[in-house]
Order: sequence, then C-alpha cells, then structure tokens
Amino acid sequence: MTTLILAEILTQHDGQQLSPAVLQAVTAAQFWNSPIHLLIVGNNTAAMAQKAASISCVERVIHTNSDQFSHPIAEDVASLIISISHDYEVILAAHSSFSRNVLPRVAALLDVEMISDVLEIKANNTYVRAVYAGNVLTTIQSIDALQVLTIHASSFNAQSLEGDAEIVSIASPAEFGKTRWLSEVRSQSDRPALSAAKVVVSGGRSLASAENFQQLLSPLADKLGAALGATRAAVDAGFAPNDIQVGQTGIVVAPELYIAVGVSGAVQHIYGMKDSRIVVAINQDPDAPIFQVADYGLVADLFEAIPALTAAL
Amino acid sequence: MKILVAVKRVVDYNIKVRIKTDGSDVDIEGVKMGINPFDENAIEEALRLKESGLATEVLVVAIGTSANQDVLRHALAMGADRTILLEAAIAIQPLATAKLLKAMVLREQPDLIILGKQAIDDDTGHLGQMLAALLDYPQGAFASALQMEGNECLVTREVDGGTETIALMLPAVVTADLRLNNPRFVKLPNLMMARKKIIETINDSEFSINTEPRLNLLKVSEPPTRKAGIKVGSVEELLSKLRAHEGILL
Ligand SMILES: Cc1cc2nc3c(=O)[nH]c(=O)nc-3n(C[C@H](O)[C@H](O)[C@H](O)COP(=O)(O)OP(=O)(O)OC[C@H]3O[C@@H](n4cnc5c(N)ncnc54)[C@H](O)[C@@H]3O)c2cc1C
Repeated sequence: MTTLILAEILTQHDGQQLSPAVLQAVTAAQFWNSPIHLLIVGNNTAAMAQKAASISCVERVIHTNSDQFSHPIAEDVASLIISISHDYEVILAAHSSFSRNVLPRVAALLDVEMISDVLEIKANNTYVRAVYAGNVLTTIQSIDALQVLTIHASSFNAQSLEGDAEIVSIASPAEFGKTRWLSEVRSQSDRPALSAAKVVVSGGRSLASAENFQQLLSPLADKLGAALGATRAAVDAGFAPNDIQVGQTGIVVAPELYIAVGVSGAVQHIYGMKDSRIVVAINQDPDAPIFQVADYGLVADLFEAIPALTAAL
Repeated sequence: MKILVAVKRVVDYNIKVRIKTDGSDVDIEGVKMGINPFDENAIEEALRLKESGLATEVLVVAIGTSANQDVLRHALAMGADRTILLEAAIAIQPLATAKLLKAMVLREQPDLIILGKQAIDDDTGHLGQMLAALLDYPQGAFASALQMEGNECLVTREVDGGTETIALMLPAVVTADLRLNNPRFVKLPNLMMARKKIIETINDSEFSINTEPRLNLLKVSEPPTRKAGIKVGSVEELLSKLRAHEGILL
C-alpha cells in the first residue's frame, strides 16, 4: 500500500516553485504509515524534483518533463495520475484551485467518491470536514477501497526537509486533445502569496473605490510585509482583483495576523480567515459581526484609523 | 446549440443551520430552501447564450424529491425552456449524481452543460469535474467568463493567483463561479406563469444506476468558535496590545 501526493507548482514573478502546502500534505499522508510518493506535473521540473526529494518521509519523487505540462490542463493531469494509479491506495493533495480541478476528475475515473478539504484524518478512512461555509463539521467514513482526498493545509504541520527520496521521471500519456490552454493572467505583486502570507490586510466594500483600496491598504500592507485580501463585496464592486477574495468561495487563509478593515464579517468571509492566529477588526459599527471573531476590535472610521496605524508603524 | 443546466435545492444562504440534538445530522426541517446561488449563475449564462442567438434550448434538471419542483419553477421563471425532475429518494452524493446526470446527458444530447461550481450545503465542488470525467468531455471549472467561438467554448477560470483561459471543444462541461454574471431577478408574473408549466418527471430507477452512498455520515458537530476578544480605544492601544503578543513583530 502506497500513498501518492499530487504536488502543485506555483508560478510567481520569480519563476516556478512547489507550493509550500505540499509539506502539510506529506504530514497528512503519514497517517497511513505507508511509503509516500510525490508527483510533480510540469515542464522543466528537475530542480523542483530535487527540492521535493529533501522532504522528510517522501520515498519517491515522480516528475514529468514535458511541454504538454507547461500549462497543465486537468484532463491531462488526471489521465497521468490514472496511468500510475494502480500502485496506490491513497491519492491526496493540499486543497487548492489546482487540486479541486484535477482530483474530482481522477476520483470519478476510479469510481470513488472524493473527500475535499479534510480538517482531520481518523482511523478507518474516517475524516472530519466542514460543510455549510464552515458552520458545521461532519465526520464521514468512506467505504471506497481507494481514497482520493484534499487536505486543508493549515490544519496540518509542515514536514521538515531532512529526506533523501529517489527521483524518477515518467513519460506523459497521450494528450486529451479537446482542451486547449490559451492564456493566463497572474496578478503582478511583489507581496507574499495570499495563502502563505504571515500577515494579511483585508478590505471590504466600505473602501468605496479601487483607488481608496490601494491608497489606504497598500502602504499598510507594505509596512507589515503583508498580502492584501478582500471581501467578495469589494471584489464584485471592482475595488480589488478576484484572486484576493478571502472566504468560502475564495481563498482560505490562516496567517499569524489578519487585519479586517471595513469588513462586516459575513459567515462566508469568516470561513476564509477564522483559523488566523490573531484577528484585528477595524469597523465603525460596534455591532459588526466581525468583532465576534476578533481578538482586538477598534471601533473607528477606517479613513482615519488606517492612515494613523500606518504612520504609527 | 442545446444547453443543459443542473440545479440543486439547498438551505438559503442567509440561514445558519442547526445541528440535531443527537448530533446525527443537521436539522433542516422547515428551514427556508432555495436554489443554490452558483446554479443561478449557470442558468443565467445559459439564458444569455440563448438570448444572443447562440443557443436554441435551455433545459434545467434537478435531482431529488418532488420538493425540487420549486427550484425548477424558479428556473422556468428565469426563462428556461424545459425542466426535468429526476426523482430520487435518498440524498445522493456527487459521484452518483454525476452518474445520473451522465444518463441525462446521453438521453438529451446537449452541446454544453453548465453547473454551479459548488453547492453551498456540502461545499464539495466535485460534480462538474466528475461529470466531465464520466463523459470524457473537456471541463472548464470555476468559470468567470464564457465565450463561444465556432465549435469551441472559451472559458476564463478563476484560479489561485489569477485567471486562466482555456478553449473547450464541444460538447463540454463548465462550472459557474459567482462572477460569471449577475442573475436576473425573477418577476412575479413570470413566477405565476411558471406555476402553470409542466415539469417532466423521470424516476431514477429508469436508469438502473447504483446511487448508494459511499460516504457514511457518522456525526455532525459545531466547529470550535473563536472567542470575541476585547475592544481597544485607539490605534496606539491596538499597537501596544499587538506588540505584547509573542511572535507578532510590528
Ligand atoms: C454563495 C455565496 C458565497 C459568498 N462567498 C464569499 C466569500 O468567499 N468571501 C466574502 O468575503 N464574501 C462572500 N460572500 C458575500 C458575503 O455574504 C458578504 O456579502 C460580503 O462578505 C460582505 O462584504 P463586506 O464586508 O465588504 O461588505 P458589507 O457587508 O457591506 O460590510 C461593510 C462593513 O464596512 C463597515 N464600514 C462602512 N464604512 C466604514 C468606515 N468608514 N470605517 C469603518 N468601517 C466602515 C460597515 O459597518 C460594514 O460592517 C458570499 C455570498 C454568497 C451568497
């Protein structure tokens, strides 16, 4: 019995690297006490494979080096996984837009029900996961012989880098052919990636314009070395780009410090930030629900408080 | 071009669901239900394709008990041409749902299938990708923009860190993000008219597909909640409190 982890490649301004969440995925995979293999699907992956080989408890790193995977499409990644799946009894990945695109396709092809965004793994293929925007936890048991799951990275500790895995490269399967990759727009930002940032400053609809959003929050984020986040209301209004939406339908973050600025605290938003270590809320409404999850609440007009806070740092 | 949209009936997104006292499940007796918000985006997109002359028919399918008639009437009131209720008694999990929908697709032969990207009750987000897999169709998950070009559907997908655009050869499966469009409001006269329309009903036994759940629900519980902290009086007080915290370097 062997466990396969699907690693994710992040493309950033300074090139490609493995998503750090793979370290949490390895910790989760250790639950099964079986050899752990790690799959990297991309092009020019040799350096990333080297790096992955140093993750403790990984026995083998499998990687592709193919043009086809410069911009991997789910259909091809899924068929690659299917082509090696007979060796595995568990296939898992850290939960992200990449894994939630690919792994349900894999699960269906293997005729298993998938389990997403697992918070806790228990004995006998039993898992804890959240439903209803994080308002309810369910404990579910899978009766499938093969387990396909994604894990909620911030619920697991990161594995250390003391390993020495073998590295194997594999050929790509035939191309699916009915899906073409055309283009991508990556948000250009020198700031840390939102999902991995130690500090996050999030703004809501109350910022009132894209200019205000940048002019008030950027200097604060710069001083704190923080990533910017936003509510859906702010994103929908065009004040902030879509990929920084925090919440049920956006990104889930768990930084050391989360500063919510003019955010009401809707359940869908709280889902995305409630695992933060310390939460600060700045809102002019003393009854805003965000204060119920904030360690420190400041009832103030953000247009005064934010410049003052930035200046005081 | 024919479009099939599948919709799910879920607890209204404004409602905080409660847990049964014995912890066996959530208690949704008598709770306000409605169409899954993402599925409204899916219907809206299908209707827009029809209104722009690119689609000829919008068929909306729901799976479940007869209670689902209300979400199908909602779809009719929005402007769907036809609806089908695939009657099933037990709560069906995503893989089984995908199998039933596959059977519907084979029966109805749509060129494009649009689903919501996730349901706000179980929050899984598997169905579209699973359906595409079973049909061996291309998939465009988490779509925030959609455009037809010849026999291809160009889908802009919301991904971590930006967006990505792919071209899917039809027939294909697309799943709708909330940003795909703003669903139209349903006008009362349309709702009245929708009441009179016929909802075709099929029993899931017709397809002889095994829909037994693969995941057993052992229990439900409340998540640990954050406790409200303190209110501070000023920016200075906020900073001094934060600085007193271990590990916060300001
Ligand atoms: C299916 C579904 C999924 C969703 N997913 C998400 C999601 O992933 N993420 C998300 O964030 N939302 C999501 N939402 C939306 C969510 O329900 C809320 O509408 C949204 O989070 C509200 O954003 P907001 O706090 O910016 O705006 P509002 O709720 O309008 O709150 C604005 C706040 O700013 C305060 N304020 C106003 N002016 C000032 C000022 N000058 N100084 C200080 N404070 C001020 C107000 O007191 C208020 O509390 C989803 C909704 C649905 C239906």
